[in-house]
Amino acid sequence: MFKYLKQLTSLVAMVAVLFTFTTESMAAKKSKTLKNTQKKGFVRCGVSQGLPGFSNADAAGNWTGVDVDVCRAVAAAVLGDANKVKFTPLSAKERFTALTSGEIDILSRNTTWTLSRDADIGLTFVGVNFYDGQGFMVRKSSGITSTGQFKDGISACTNIGTTTELNMRDFFNSKGIKYEPVAFEKADEVVAAYDAGRCDTYTTDKSGLAAQRTKMKNPDEHIVLPETISKEPLGPVVRQGDSVWEDIVRWSLNTMIEAEEYGITSANADMMKTSDNPAIKRLVGAEGELGAAFGLDNDWSLRIIKQVGNYGESYKRNIADTGILPDRGPNQLWTKGGILYVPPAR
Amino acid sequence: MNLKLKDIVPQLITVIAVVLIFGFFTYNAQINMENRGIDFGYGFLSQESSFDVQFSLIEYDGSHSYFRAYLVGLLNTILVSVIGIIIATILGVIVGVARLSPNYLINKFAAFYVEFFRNIPLLLQIFFWYFAALRALPLPQDAEAIFGVFFLTIKGLYVPAFIWQNFSIFFYSLVAAVIAIIVIRIHAKKVQENQGKQIPVFFISLGLIFILPLLSFLIGGVKLSFEVPVLKQLATTSFIYEGGVSLPPELIALTLSLSLYTATFIAECVRAGIQGVGKGQKEAAASIGLTPNQVLKLVIMPQALRIIIPPTTNQYLNLTKNSSLAAAIAYPDLVLVFAGTALMQTGKAIEIVSITMFTYLTLSISISILMNWYNKRIAIQEK
Repeated sequence: MFKYLKQLTSLVAMVAVLFTFTTESMAAKKSKTLKNTQKKGFVRCGVSQGLPGFSNADAAGNWTGVDVDVCRAVAAAVLGDANKVKFTPLSAKERFTALTSGEIDILSRNTTWTLSRDADIGLTFVGVNFYDGQGFMVRKSSGITSTGQFKDGISACTNIGTTTELNMRDFFNSKGIKYEPVAFEKADEVVAAYDAGRCDTYTTDKSGLAAQRTKMKNPDEHIVLPETISKEPLGPVVRQGDSVWEDIVRWSLNTMIEAEEYGITSANADMMKTSDNPAIKRLVGAEGELGAAFGLDNDWSLRIIKQVGNYGESYKRNIADTGILPDRGPNQLWTKGGILYVPPAR
Repeated sequence: MNLKLKDIVPQLITVIAVVLIFGFFTYNAQINMENRGIDFGYGFLSQESSFDVQFSLIEYDGSHSYFRAYLVGLLNTILVSVIGIIIATILGVIVGVARLSPNYLINKFAAFYVEFFRNIPLLLQIFFWYFAALRALPLPQDAEAIFGVFFLTIKGLYVPAFIWQNFSIFFYSLVAAVIAIIVIRIHAKKVQENQGKQIPVFFISLGLIFILPLLSFLIGGVKLSFEVPVLKQLATTSFIYEGGVSLPPELIALTLSLSLYTATFIAECVRAGIQGVGKGQKEAAASIGLTPNQVLKLVIMPQALRIIIPPTTNQYLNLTKNSSLAAAIAYPDLVLVFAGTALMQTGKAIEIVSITMFTYLTLSISISILMNWYNKRIAIQEK
């Protein structure tokens, strides 16, 4: 009797296992990263070691920034809670290894999208969340107002392991200026050395310059020169080989940008369900079945907008209101004179 | 037969296990890299590096290859290690002897130095010497000239450059002086062994090393002039020295912190070595009429060195490996240039890290071999 009961239970268990397998979506089965994330209950996100406006932790360990918001958006879409993110601060040198070795699943760390990075080292860039360019910071008292005033012997502080080192060489070479590169492993040391007077100029992405300026002893003593010497499209990166996960991250970012385009904010998202515009209805999950393709429910995009906000809200909260870059420049919607343009969610 | 099998089997199992474990990891790495589209290969070494380095002993800029960048980093690592080892040894011997001094002040000062510097983490000391010292140094335009020709500024130490004429003649005169000194030493030893007469080798050597190069100036046509650094204005408040040789503050800070840190350990080795020689040795040597100097040179030191050398070898190795902390303060050593920038630009993590590890291994083993050879030379020769 007892023997049969045991067999019966195992039969029930087997049927149950089979059943769960069939209900599990095709996408989730295809995406190992999505499955692991849902099993763990948090998104593993690589960020910077502290860049105000992009990814920066406060004293209590709460991360904020536009790069951080991309990871939060993915967490809201995949796990239903924007706070279910585990942040890993990484140096420029460590970041790609951390991603390719599987220590993190998204790298959202003001990383420039270049051909060699995209093609060579096992990474895939999913989009651009900040259009940037490399610039120079100098002391106001130096009287330099343009890179045209740079002279032979100038010393430039910067980070290693970034495109900055390469752009800097291209720039100074093309101008025929002899320069002294002083490259540090961590951004904090770059700022400290420049601030102490070790270097005449500090060069990195302009957004980075604006953010680091706030960390100087006396920010008003420094200016960022108007010239931009390179294109630096910064965006989130995922590992190569998991196209479903790649799509989820890409469309989480796109949702934030498109939500701004249609005027959907964290405050009015619920009301937008009754909108007349089908594009808006699709974005808040009231029409169509867009989430199914990723193996997500239909409210995934609504959760992103409600919990994280649209791109404009994120920019205002992290970059404009903190006084880093009040002017959105190229990071304005294409409809408003910027170059933010994402494919339609349909 | 049974006994042999019992001996062999566990060893065989161990070897197989090790091979299997390594095989598993290699295989796993290969599969993972293939899945993620990462190529493996050392071909990148010949590609153009396209990044510049602040400080290099050989001619280098971004148009050279990654391999050249590797050499730049390696030479910078060797440079800082060699200077560090020399300063640490000199300082360590002085402090070690000072700790045994009967003079209360010298003794306590040496003890304080040792306890202070060896108990603070090295990375903190590097940061201290770099950032604290950096802020304390004047800007180039405010720098006071030292002896009229040296300038110590926040951008580095500027020293005059030597400009030689007929340098080769000067060089040969130095070589000749060294050879002459060796010959005289051998001769002096023979004379002492045969006749008991002592020749003042030290003073003769000192004279030779000065007089021969001096002659090369007077009759050999060697000329030496100095290029003194001059202040150049880059912008309203931005200055730099041009001409002469500039030593970057990163090199100075790193050498200083490595030497000060390692010297404490060497000082303790020296103290242990001297204290390890029995008191009776000294008394016995004195009683046969040797002068205090001879006692130290002929009796104490040869025995003390046997105790000092092996642990000091460890300290030399530590210093060399610790020099990799340079990356923190922008000194372009092997780790910063090759395992840092080059790794990032190529993405060849496994290749570059393995090359870097192998390089440090080679450096360390070379130092070990050299020191072991020296140790063997001064060891007791059993007859």
